Amino acid sequence: MNTLEILFYALSAFAIVSAVMVLISKNPIHSVLWLILVFFAISGHYILLNAQFLAIVNIIVYAGAIMVLFLFVIMLMNVKKDQEPKKQHLVKFIGVIAGGSFLTLLIALVKQTSQLQGKTVLLKEGTIGLIHPLGKALFSDYVVPFEISSVLFLSAMVGAVIIGKK
Amino acid sequence: MPILNYIYLCLTLFSIGVIGVLVRRNAIIVFMCIELMLNAVNLLLVAFSKMYNGATFANAPTSTIGIDAQIFVFFIMVVAAAEVSVGLAIIVMMYRNTHSVDINFLNRLKN
Repeated sequence: MNTLEILFYALSAFAIVSAVMVLISKNPIHSVLWLILVFFAISGHYILLNAQFLAIVNIIVYAGAIMVLFLFVIMLMNVKKDQEPKKQHLVKFIGVIAGGSFLTLLIALVKQTSQLQGKTVLLKEGTIGLIHPLGKALFSDYVVPFEISSVLFLSAMVGAVIIGKK
Repeated sequence: MPILNYIYLCLTLFSIGVIGVLVRRNAIIVFMCIELMLNAVNLLLVAFSKMYNGATFANAPTSTIGIDAQIFVFFIMVVAAAEVSVGLAIIVMMYRNTHSVDINFLNRLKN
């Protein structure tokens, strides 16, 4: 087992444990902090795949901006403990069963796909994750979607202000 | 690293997000689980991008095959940021009206 495999399994275990902790922690603020840890683990995976631009953008946008927005809203509402009623064990059980069967179904589907057997992912090498090729592709082939996404941002900003002002 | 390992990891993260949406009743945590699902998909897209790039890496080390997936991830992040700003505004408005973020109170469209 070389270093890359050890890093992969460590980051995966870290991500999955943190994701489970997002679900089972009672305090919403703790959930946000665990979700930030998930995003850091996923950024570690991006670095492992040599997608450096996406790793940094993931930390800046998700862990830096979006999760801080979540924290602001939770602290603004002052939702300390979950006021979830106690009598919903049946719903939890059914939800876990449904999600588990979804996971089992997808894994069984992937396992019998012949196109994916023996394919490997290029770790640590390759240049497509660097800023130079990504910027070139973004501003030549994808310049129209890029501009449209700026319009989307503008409309989202206007919508958030209008909804918040009511 | 086999692509199947990445697929299993991302499926697990996605399913944890699905279970969170089904089980939790706090609207903010449901929203966070949606973010978790988006991130699982992003990671899978990057893994597939590196799979296709790695197939041609030995012959042409500077080829940009598979770069589209990483651009897609970038756009998914953009859409997620816009979605979060509007969604949290809606949740704040809902809290102002009902003084709760429990999604079970959101059944007014029913009758």
